[in-house]
Amino acid sequence: MIKEKFDAIVVGAGMSGNAAAYTMASHGLNVLQLERGEYPGSKNVQGAIMYANMLEEIIPDFRDDAPLERHLVEQRLWVMDDTSHTGIHYRSDDFNEAKPNRYTIIRAQFDKWFSRKVREAGATVLCETTVTELVRDAKDKVVGVRTDRTGGEIFADVVVLAEGVCGLLGTRAGLREMPRPKSVALAVKEMHFLPEEVIEQRFGLKAGEGCVIEAVGTISRSMAGLGFLYTNRESISLGIGCLVSDFAASMESPYVVLDTLKNHPSIRPLIAGSEVKEYAAHLIPEGGYKAIPQLFGDGWVVVGDAAQLNNAVHREGSNLAMTSGRIAAEAIVQVKSRKRPMTKQNLALYKTMLNKSFVIKDLKKYKDMPDLLHTNSRNFFTTYPQLMSQAAQNFMRVDGTPKLDKEKATTTAFIKARSRWGLLSDMVRLTFAWR
Amino acid sequence: MHILVCIKQVPDSAQIRVHPVTNTIMRQGVPTIINPYDLFALEEALRLRDNYGGEVTVLTMGPPMAEDALRKALGYGADRAVLLTDRYFAGSDTLATSYALSQAIAKVGETFGTPDIVFTGKQTIDGDTAQVGPGIAKRLDLIQLTYVAKIPSVDLDAREIKVERRCEGGAQMLKSRLPCLITMLEGTNEIRRGSLEDALYAARSQVLRWSAADAGIDDLTRCGLRGSPTVVKRVFAPTARAEKAALIETPERNLRDLADELIAAILTRGPALEQELAFNGGE
Repeated sequence: MIKEKFDAIVVGAGMSGNAAAYTMASHGLNVLQLERGEYPGSKNVQGAIMYANMLEEIIPDFRDDAPLERHLVEQRLWVMDDTSHTGIHYRSDDFNEAKPNRYTIIRAQFDKWFSRKVREAGATVLCETTVTELVRDAKDKVVGVRTDRTGGEIFADVVVLAEGVCGLLGTRAGLREMPRPKSVALAVKEMHFLPEEVIEQRFGLKAGEGCVIEAVGTISRSMAGLGFLYTNRESISLGIGCLVSDFAASMESPYVVLDTLKNHPSIRPLIAGSEVKEYAAHLIPEGGYKAIPQLFGDGWVVVGDAAQLNNAVHREGSNLAMTSGRIAAEAIVQVKSRKRPMTKQNLALYKTMLNKSFVIKDLKKYKDMPDLLHTNSRNFFTTYPQLMSQAAQNFMRVDGTPKLDKEKATTTAFIKARSRWGLLSDMVRLTFAWR
Repeated sequence: MHILVCIKQVPDSAQIRVHPVTNTIMRQGVPTIINPYDLFALEEALRLRDNYGGEVTVLTMGPPMAEDALRKALGYGADRAVLLTDRYFAGSDTLATSYALSQAIAKVGETFGTPDIVFTGKQTIDGDTAQVGPGIAKRLDLIQLTYVAKIPSVDLDAREIKVERRCEGGAQMLKSRLPCLITMLEGTNEIRRGSLEDALYAARSQVLRWSAADAGIDDLTRCGLRGSPTVVKRVFAPTARAEKAALIETPERNLRDLADELIAAILTRGPALEQELAFNGGE
């Protein structure tokens, strides 16, 4: 049996767990972090884009040694049908700043680096150790964990659950429900390796600059989904995620959907000649504000994906994870410094602090968006993209048809597809969901 | 009892790729593991310690990153880890490696007590020579017990050990004096999963880093590339044989017919053989 009692046990070494462990350890707490993977990052999957500000809040000088791929200077948003894409591209030299705002990263490398920082801050990190159960006292307060290693229970004042999207530990313990199929997406991605110069040529980039494409449309085969392409230093992450409930209803296979995206005429030339070295899949919380579970209790808090903190509309997840991990840690440090017990009442401070941050504010803003997009997925992910493509082609193609007739044809197509009432109601609902 | 286990960090052969032109192993970006054969040695050492008391020291020679392998060994339950690392060791063949390791083992002995048993794996999966273990035994004048499958007993008072050794055509049961060097056969045990306490110990202990000087090695000409007479002249992939072995069924057959059939088959493949046989036979 381990006699030592820790100030905090962090379950999981992803973004939120590392942020929490780092913050607590650097405030002098005795922290034990448990990770089931062979090394931190071995089980973690993300696109991945990392937002600098949220990491700066934790490790201000991360740019000195963090493994960063490219800083982003261009964002392309595409609406696709089977043969075309209509896009908005935003590129700015302003993004070539001394401290760039966003980077592409490769999680296996990034998480190893982050974990090294956690250890340097003084936390004890154990890998290949799966937490199987929470240990509670007679008053039902969480007082420690049991793992899959022999040696029994291990105790701490508070347990930070940073266990990821499935959250088996917390759901088994009855702290929250298992995420529902309609509130998680399954994303699959491939890593396409290409020489650095080829990537820079294809996307018109200088060394170190990066470009991302995010796309909706017929690529998700009427499911609520999003395709993405991120440029790394010498690879391209290409993937697509759709709601699990939609996969179940449509019986589509994730790899077929990804294959279709890869073979789309707008994507194929961008990855031509590449070597695929990695295929990964992961669940993403998509339930938004309404899916956020109870975030704290007697002796525990939950952070990151396990707390469903993910902004699907803006495709932000890791920064919400890092921020929630940091804020939970700061709350714990405060409770500890006041010499108060880690009770539900005292840990409510975490929720109060989180409410004031962008995490909850952003999710609240889009609280109706998941419902709208998920229930109307056919319209938003197939009908409108097709109509938009037709309209764009109609506008661009010069064939002697009078322009008035062309515009009339476009209008008719929209009304025919969705009716005047349908168009109006989609617009109104989208506007309200966005507000 | 003090048991020392030599391990090596090797590239994970399951994930390795060979350079198509030079035929050399592409190590870059390939995950590393403890040489799988060494895990049988480590587990046997841990079992002996658990049964007879004492401590287990793991030793490796390698680049600084080999510390990961040692930390893993601590996680399985080893008590102490020594990393022999120095730029003078770069490019060592088995001769130079066994020299450096035997010097380090002597130093471990001086510092923490002479090992009663030195373990190595049967061989490594990257070099496959099976020379380093015997090389150490020779230099340290240890009794050498290779291909050991089982260790039924150790008598510390009488300084005796009994081992079961796999040999051609069977097994030998040997009794030997301590100290000795044992190379452990694969498949003879299964590496344990360290307890929570072991894992904590591994995460928090220092791995000792020894340079050539720390290990008391003063003859640097016997280390690294300079001390390695082995030269790799060429590395090549064997060409696959196009012909496959033929299987002849033999249920209830006349042996004479079978023999005739076999000879006929051989002679069709090598017609030159017929003439040669006829000539030698003189008939």
